[in-house]
Amino acid sequence: MSAIEVAGLEKSYGQLRAVGGVSFSVRKGEVFSLLGPNGAGKTTTIEILEGLRRQDGGTARVLGLDPWHKGYELHERIGVIPQGFKFLDYPTPREAIAYYAALFNRRVEPDEMLRRVILEDAANVWFQNLSGGQKQKLGMALSLVNDPEVVFLDEPTTGLDPQARRAVWEVIRKLKNEGRTVMLTTHYLEEAEELADRVAIMNHGKIVAMGTTGEIESKFGSGQKMMVKAKDDLLTYLRENTKLQVEGEAGTVTIRLRDKDDALVALGAIEESGTDWGDLNVKRDSLEDVFLRLVGEEGREEGTE
Amino acid sequence: MAFSGRRMLAELKVHARGNIRSREGFFFTLIFPIILILLFGAIFAGGGVSQATVYVQNLDAGPASVSFIQALNATSSDCSPSATTGLCLRPVPADQNFSQYLSSRSAADGIIIPQGFSSAFQADQKVNVTVFQNPSSTTSQVVYGIVSEVVNGFNQYGATGVHSVGIEPRTVVGSEYKYIDFLIPGLVGFSALTSPMFALVNISSTYRRDKVFKLLSLTPLTKTEWLVSKIIWYVGTTVLSFILMTVVGIYVFGAHIAFTWGIGIFLVVGPFFFVSLGMLVGTVSNSPESAAVVGNLVTFPMMFLSGTFFPVSSMPVYLQHIAHVLPLYYMIDGLNNVMIYENYGPGLFDAGLLIVISIVVFALAVRFFRWRED
Ligand SMILES: Nc1ncnc2c1ncn2[C@@H]1O[C@H](COP(=O)(O)OP(=O)(O)OP(=O)(O)O)[C@@H](O)[C@H]1O
Ligand SMILES: [Mg+2]
Repeated sequence: MSAIEVAGLEKSYGQLRAVGGVSFSVRKGEVFSLLGPNGAGKTTTIEILEGLRRQDGGTARVLGLDPWHKGYELHERIGVIPQGFKFLDYPTPREAIAYYAALFNRRVEPDEMLRRVILEDAANVWFQNLSGGQKQKLGMALSLVNDPEVVFLDEPTTGLDPQARRAVWEVIRKLKNEGRTVMLTTHYLEEAEELADRVAIMNHGKIVAMGTTGEIESKFGSGQKMMVKAKDDLLTYLRENTKLQVEGEAGTVTIRLRDKDDALVALGAIEESGTDWGDLNVKRDSLEDVFLRLVGEEGREEGTE
Repeated sequence: MAFSGRRMLAELKVHARGNIRSREGFFFTLIFPIILILLFGAIFAGGGVSQATVYVQNLDAGPASVSFIQALNATSSDCSPSATTGLCLRPVPADQNFSQYLSSRSAADGIIIPQGFSSAFQADQKVNVTVFQNPSSTTSQVVYGIVSEVVNGFNQYGATGVHSVGIEPRTVVGSEYKYIDFLIPGLVGFSALTSPMFALVNISSTYRRDKVFKLLSLTPLTKTEWLVSKIIWYVGTTVLSFILMTVVGIYVFGAHIAFTWGIGIFLVVGPFFFVSLGMLVGTVSNSPESAAVVGNLVTFPMMFLSGTFFPVSSMPVYLQHIAHVLPLYYMIDGLNNVMIYENYGPGLFDAGLLIVISIVVFALAVRFFRWRED
C-alpha cells in the first residue's frame, strides 16, 4: 500500500490555478521530493496532504485517510515542518519539545531529540532569539516528537549553512532508514539528488516530470555529450566529414553521443582532423540542466517566500 | 476528540511562561492594576462621593410640600457626575415602600414628607419630615445638615413664623460608601476586560499570520482546549489583579469590601466572556493592525461607560442607556452588588445574564475561529 495517493488534485485561488490536476503516489518508506520554481504549487499541494487546506477537486489519501476530513486522526501519525516555520516567541527548544510531547502524549527525551537535530547548544534559548537555522532545526525536532510514519518537510534546509544542511540531510537519511516515508520540497537540486528516491518537478501547478533523478535526466536530458576545447575548424571538419550532431560555442565543440559508436567515430574524426584540440571530457545533463529546461527561465518568478 | 486536561495544562504552562517572560505580560498582570488603583485612588482620595443622591417621597398633596421640595431643590445642583456639592434629588412614587426602595438601590439617604404636611403646616401644627440616614456616612451628615437648614428657613418664612416643621431622623443600617469602594469593582472589571481582550485579539491575528494556528492544528490540541486554557489563565490574572487592588484599596485608601462568594462568580465569568469575545473579534481580520482597530472599537466604549471610573448611576441618562447594553456593565454592577452593597438578588441577575451571553459568545468563537484554511 502506498503512503500517499494523489489523483487529479486541484486548488484555485480566484483566477489562479495554484494546483491544476496533480497525480502521484509515494510508497511507504520512500523519500519523495517535489521540485519547482517559486509559486509552482508545492506548498499548496503539501498542505492539502497535511489537511491544512482543502482541495477544490481530485482526491488525496495519506495513510489511507482523507486529510481534510480525517485530519485529527491523521495528525497523530504524520510530522510536518511548514515552510518558513515559526513558533511561539518564548519557549526554549527544550520546553517546546516537552510541550509537543505532552500534546501528543508521548514519552520523549527532549535532549535526545535535540541531539538528533544538532541543537543541544541552543537548548535553553528563547525561540525568538534562535538563529534562522536553529529555528528550522527545532521545527525538524518538533515534527518528529510523535514518531510519525510520514514526514512532510517543506523547504527544511532553506537558510541553513552548509554544515547544518548536511546535518538535516543526515536526519532525513535516518528517517528513511527507520522506514518512514518522507515528502520533501526543496530548491536545492543536489539535495533532491542526494536524498530522494524519486522526484517530481512541478511548474504552474502541474507535474512536468517524475521519476528517479536518473530517469528524468535520461528522459528529458540530452544524453551523453562529449566536449572538446577546439577552434571552429574542428567544428567545420566534423560537420563536413561525419554524421555526428555537433554544436560549437565559445571555443568548445559539443558532440552529442547517441550511442557508443558515436564516441568512437568522434574520437577518430578529431584525431584525423589534425586540428589543435584539448580538454576532452564526457558529461551528461545534470538534474539542474533538465530542471532549467523543463521549467524554463521564465518559470522562475520573483520569490514568494 | 476528547477533552484532555493534560493537553490543556501543557498549553496553559506554555502560555503562562510566555506571559511571565514577556515584559508586557508581566506589566499588564502585575504592575498595571496597582498603578490604576493608586492613580485613581489618589485622584479622588478622601473626597467621598462628591454629591449626595437623596430619594424624596412626597406623601402630601398640598402646596406646602411642593414649596418644601422647591426649597430643597434650591440647595441642589443638577445630578451630573461633575457636580461637587449639593443634593441630587430623586423622586420616589408615593405607592412605594420607601425603606425597600432605598435598600434596593443600595442608598441610605432619603426624605419622606408625610401625608397632611401642608394642612398641618398651614394650621401651625407640629409636623415632622422623616430623614433617613446612615450616621456613619459622610454624605448622610451632609444631607442631614442641608435638610435642617431648609427646615429652619422654611419655618422662618412660613405663614406665621412659628417653628412647626421638625425632623424625625430614621437610621438606616449600612456602611459608608466612598469613591474608592466603587472604584475597586470598576477597576477589577476594567482589568477583566482589557487584558484578555487586548491579548486575544492580538494572539488570534498574529498566530494566524505566523501560521502558529496551523501548527497547533497539526497536534491533538483542540480549539476548545486551547480557548479554555486561555480562559483559565485570564481568570487567574483577574483574580490576581482583584487581590492586588483590594489590598491596595484597603490598606492605602481604607476601602470597605465585603468578601463574599459572589465575587468569585464574577471573577470567573468576566474573563470567560472577554477571552471569548477577544477571540471572536480577532477572527474578523488576519492583519494584527486592523484586528487591533476592531478590538479597540469594541473595547473602548466599554472601558469608560460601564462604571469603571464613575458609578453608572451618576452618568447622564442617555449614557446610562448605552451602559446597559455593555456586558462589562453587568460585571461591574454585579461586583458592586456583591462586594459593596451585599445585594445578592440583583447580583445574581447580573451573573446569570453574563453567564448566558458568555456561553453564546464562547460557542460563536469556537465556531468561527479556524485554524486551518478552506
Ligand atoms: N492562500 C492563498 N491565497 C491566494 N493565493 C495563494 C494562496 N496560497 C498560495 N497562493 C498562490 O498559489 C500559488 C502557489 O503557491 P505555493 O505556495 O503552493 O507555491 P510554492 O511552489 O510552494 O512556492 P515557493 O517555492 O515559493 O514556496 C502562488 O502563485 C501563490 O501566490
Ligand atoms: Mg512553498
